[in-house]
Amino acid sequence: MSNDIAYVRKEMAPDMPPPVTQTGIMGWMRKNLFLDIPNSLMTILALAFLVWTVPTLFNFLIGNAVFVAEDGTLCRAPEAGACWAYVIDRFDFYIYGFYPDSEYWRPNLVFIVAALLITHLLWPDLPYKGISAIAFFVGLPILAVILLNGGSFGLPEVTTEKWGGLMVTLIIASVGIVVSLPLGVVLALGRRSHMPFVKYVSIAFIELWRAVPLITVLFMASVMLPLFLPEGTTIDKILRALVGVALFQTAYMAEVVRGGLQALPKGQYEAANALGLNYFKSMYLIILPQALKHVIPGIVNSFISLFKDTSLVSIVGLFDLLGTVQATSALVEWKAPHQATTGYLFAASIFWIFCFGMSRYSMYMERRLDTGHKE
Amino acid sequence: MAKSQEQLHERRSLSSLIYDPQFRSYAFQILLLLVLVGFGWWIVQNTVTNLQAQNKTTGFDFLSNTAGFDIGFSLVPYSRESTYLEVFYVGILNTLLVAITGIVLATLLGFVLGIARLSSNWIIARLATIYIEIIRNIPLLLQLFFWYFAVLKSMPSVRSSLELVGGAVFLNNRGLYLPNPNANSAFLWVQIAIALVLVGGFFLQRWSIRRVELTGERFPYIPVFLVLLIVVPTVTWFVSGAEWNITYPELNRFNFQGGIQLPPEFVALLFGLVIYTAAFIGETVRAGIVSVSSGQTEAAQSLGLKNNDRLNLVVIPQAMRVIVPPLTSQYLNLTKNSSLAVAIGYPDIVNVFMGTALNQSGKAIEVIFMTMMVYLTLSLLTSMIMNWYNARIALTER
Repeated sequence: MSNDIAYVRKEMAPDMPPPVTQTGIMGWMRKNLFLDIPNSLMTILALAFLVWTVPTLFNFLIGNAVFVAEDGTLCRAPEAGACWAYVIDRFDFYIYGFYPDSEYWRPNLVFIVAALLITHLLWPDLPYKGISAIAFFVGLPILAVILLNGGSFGLPEVTTEKWGGLMVTLIIASVGIVVSLPLGVVLALGRRSHMPFVKYVSIAFIELWRAVPLITVLFMASVMLPLFLPEGTTIDKILRALVGVALFQTAYMAEVVRGGLQALPKGQYEAANALGLNYFKSMYLIILPQALKHVIPGIVNSFISLFKDTSLVSIVGLFDLLGTVQATSALVEWKAPHQATTGYLFAASIFWIFCFGMSRYSMYMERRLDTGHKE
Repeated sequence: MAKSQEQLHERRSLSSLIYDPQFRSYAFQILLLLVLVGFGWWIVQNTVTNLQAQNKTTGFDFLSNTAGFDIGFSLVPYSRESTYLEVFYVGILNTLLVAITGIVLATLLGFVLGIARLSSNWIIARLATIYIEIIRNIPLLLQLFFWYFAVLKSMPSVRSSLELVGGAVFLNNRGLYLPNPNANSAFLWVQIAIALVLVGGFFLQRWSIRRVELTGERFPYIPVFLVLLIVVPTVTWFVSGAEWNITYPELNRFNFQGGIQLPPEFVALLFGLVIYTAAFIGETVRAGIVSVSSGQTEAAQSLGLKNNDRLNLVVIPQAMRVIVPPLTSQYLNLTKNSSLAVAIGYPDIVNVFMGTALNQSGKAIEVIFMTMMVYLTLSLLTSMIMNWYNARIALTER
């Protein structure tokens, strides 16, 4: 009987494919590019912008760019794009400054050692980090001074006036981080101290350096440091900049560390007290390991701004990467319309690679450290 | 026997003194004070000796001396005969000019970027991301060099200036030329009218919120306020007889005359600061919007709030709480970064005062102290204003 009902379907209808407008590339475009009229307008405008800029940029950077040339003749052609040959010609100067060619292995060695130590320190879950930390914060500075400056162990002396380029940028950034991290921890602890005098001295120091621009600090270091030291002491130009950068960075680092200290629940402090640990032990064993771990992204971020800020030393007459690029931007033999632009593009891409890499690392650590444990 | 008891007691009191937190805290603070005072004294002694050896005097008398150098761009009358104190003022004003203009423009661009990065439009979101990731990771000084030396300095000469906006705006290697909207004295009344409407709008908003809370009746204060803002000044305009007297920049034999002339240094600095800071503000804004959990939006929807109300009453107030503190530090950063003017020659305080005036007068300590105080004051002022605003919008808990 029931089989006779004609309008009841006996088998499942085959699945129909979803409408073309909902799936696949069409659906994606409808959803993400042409959702409604304003969206479609924006998409069309953006596409027009891309059609206008991308070919121009490509032609400038690669298509019409001059890669091999003896001097600026080819780059002076009216349709020529970026003059990469000029950057290639000056490459050694941009990396080492006036450092003598025969001694390039010395900075190279220092940087390889530094890179290995940093990789070990930043790679999560590797053993023996303590050894690396000591090597990085104590051993490496000594090695760097011996190798870069020379004058001992039979190495010819290379005075700091000859240092330059990316080498100086990296040295200033590394010294900034090596000095500012421990001092920043001390100041952050000072700012949270129960002793009023210690607390207010720390606050005054931190707020003073954070309120003024780095360039005034650098000016101060280069003009006033010689006045502050006993008569007859001469202080190296690079050392003055290092003192300025270190003071400045310490204040910022202290604030980052303070953030980590504040984020710890009070129970951790109380537990450390209850165990009968004294101040230094409770900080060293309980508080700082947790606080510092939590602010690794913040520390890396502040290192990124330090790395970018090192370019300011070119204003007080040092030849860092930007300083060397700027110094050659009007070189007569390479004179061309896009000479300066090409130099800036080169410097920008180096800075960008370093900073972008660090910011990716900081994001990676943020995800890794974000394992619940939130109040 | 009695003696050893006494010794023991003495030793205990000495050791308990060492382990007494109160005593240790005092001792440590006194020690720190002594070290700091000693260090300060050592520095002062060295400085005095050094200054004597160089035959230099200290003091702020030099401020009334004639500076004797020119400043390319100044908001107040300045000449070669002006004093160092006037140089100081010119520098502060120029710093403030570029900082305030920069903050306004960077906020606008930054909010656009932050919202664009969260746009549902794939290509717009990607473009905003690319912009932010490129600009954030390149030093500002390098960007300033690019804008100044590579872009503005390679602009065409005065004769073949770029014409923008239908010949009202000109751009060449000597700067940017804008039309100057001179208004006659009656324009003062229009300004007063605008100020009155703004003050009135503030009270209107408070009144309408009170009314909603008391009676539940809504008053469309935003449209009313906007209508008033257009109508009242317009009426005042015609009644008072105010009129524009726009002067356009015109090419003379050697240079442009009339209009507002902005030197290339200012344009480059403003460009660099705005483009750089906007990338950071964009990230701040994005973080603020993302921080409002989608549950809040859904709750607002289930309460039946309309799209606008949902944004205005639920999402934006909560997002602003997250946005304001980092926004403050971006404003401070922009102000401090404006000191990079010295690298491209815009006459801000660091350039004219800490640079030229210091070199000429040789008063390093005084000049650096004054400059640092200016930035310290600016920083404290900005933080105070933003803290006040932050306290207003902060979450009020029981």
